[in-house]
Amino acid sequence: MDQTEMMSKVVAILTPYTKNGDALAHVDATTHILDDLKVNSARLVDVILAFEDEFRIEIADDDVDDVNTVGDAVRLIASKVS
Amino acid sequence: MTRRVVVTGIGVVAPNAIGVPAFERALRDARSGVRAVARLRELGFGCHVAGVPEGADDDARRTFDADEVAAMNSNHRFACLAALEAWTDARLPRVERGDDAVDWDTGAVLGTGIGGMDTIAERVVPLTDTGKVRRLGSTVVEQVMASGISARVAGLFALGNQVTTNSSACCTGTEAIVQGLERIRSGRATRMLCGGSEGASHHIWAGFDAMRVLTRASNDAPERASRPMSASAAGFVPAAGAGVLVLESLESALERGAPIRAEVLGGAVNCGGHRRGGSMTAPNRDGVRRCIRAALADAQVMPDAVDAINGHLTATAADAAEVGSWAAALERPPAAFPAITATKSLIGHALGAAGGIESVASVLMVERGFVHPSRKCEDPHPEIAPFAAAIPRALRPMPELRVLAKASFGFGDVNACVLFGKWTP
Repeated sequence: MDQTEMMSKVVAILTPYTKNGDALAHVDATTHILDDLKVNSARLVDVILAFEDEFRIEIADDDVDDVNTVGDAVRLIASKVS
Repeated sequence: MTRRVVVTGIGVVAPNAIGVPAFERALRDARSGVRAVARLRELGFGCHVAGVPEGADDDARRTFDADEVAAMNSNHRFACLAALEAWTDARLPRVERGDDAVDWDTGAVLGTGIGGMDTIAERVVPLTDTGKVRRLGSTVVEQVMASGISARVAGLFALGNQVTTNSSACCTGTEAIVQGLERIRSGRATRMLCGGSEGASHHIWAGFDAMRVLTRASNDAPERASRPMSASAAGFVPAAGAGVLVLESLESALERGAPIRAEVLGGAVNCGGHRRGGSMTAPNRDGVRRCIRAALADAQVMPDAVDAINGHLTATAADAAEVGSWAAALERPPAAFPAITATKSLIGHALGAAGGIESVASVLMVERGFVHPSRKCEDPHPEIAPFAAAIPRALRPMPELRVLAKASFGFGDVNACVLFGKWTP
């Protein structure tokens, strides 16, 4: 799976949690999940579980602390997938 | 002078209809919402039938944002759909989630009898007990906290007044209306969304089945299973759904030109204290009668002014005692007894939602001047037989209907009674 495909899957998972449709329309690796997409921070737990299910990986709680942007999420997932 | 309180909006998710127009038709046509539930048979329940709203899950997916729906169990879906319909019916504006304005004058008392049992049974217990706590995700607490339904509705409409969930078993929905009435009367709120909701889950119904209070006599004929007031009543039919009323001060309703469906004349709640025949599961008849009398006094309505009753009437042995209590409290002999009907004959017993759904039915009957048929009472219970003429077997038009009494009684020996009056400008 290349990074573009991974990115689109990450965005698809984030979409139902996104409160800012404009930011979603212009999403890139630098888009901040909480500040730009306005995802409720409590729901990050569900986003991480969805990543685990989609990519068949396990993400440790400590790793989650480093995920701020969409690019962070893609990098973390890529490291686990490989 | 206390403020008068009126009903400016109603919303309903019921086993025989979703939405007020369809529900009114179902009431008039005496359409049953009781159906066979294969899962109950498979699991060895004694009762294989239930009243479950059809299509509510799809309605919720079409109506609410995906992240909201993902955080809802059936109790939440029913409550939110009914509340949204009531809100819209009252011609209140739907607020955007991004709008920061808070409506400090509007609150909610939305009750539930059992709560998020499906979430507990299907997610909390299996995941926790197999060491998968983190797989619970972020939405379990809001689904199992009793106040989840009122909290979620508060978010839909940016409610800023009191927002709470009451719980008094099967009188929950009616009790909620009394609480809202009191809050508006006292000037602490202008508007309150009041009612009850109950999820659809065999896990909720299992304990009742074990108590043998659910009917086992009509598993092959679901539409005949709920038989309030009949000699062949064999227990209640479990049901689910939600009914919500927008209560509003008359002053506010008139000021904004809101539609007024009925007036809430008064109400009362009490408990029989588990004495004098009352217990956790049986009513103290004195408590029931005092509650009805207290509601009349609160409404300043004379007993002979009550034109119709929508009873609690679950289709158990308690029906005969209830009719006797109405006769005693209203001091009305069979020959002068008001029309009496049981919405549960159409939908079964929706537990914490019952008072809400049945109050929606009551408001419609007062507003439109009819009493809906009470199904499956061809063979009235011997103690009820003298009152048989008061039980409509067919739709009973009653343009003269001015006052309707709605009562609900619950486990814990708790009682609630509300009097709805016809609104004439």
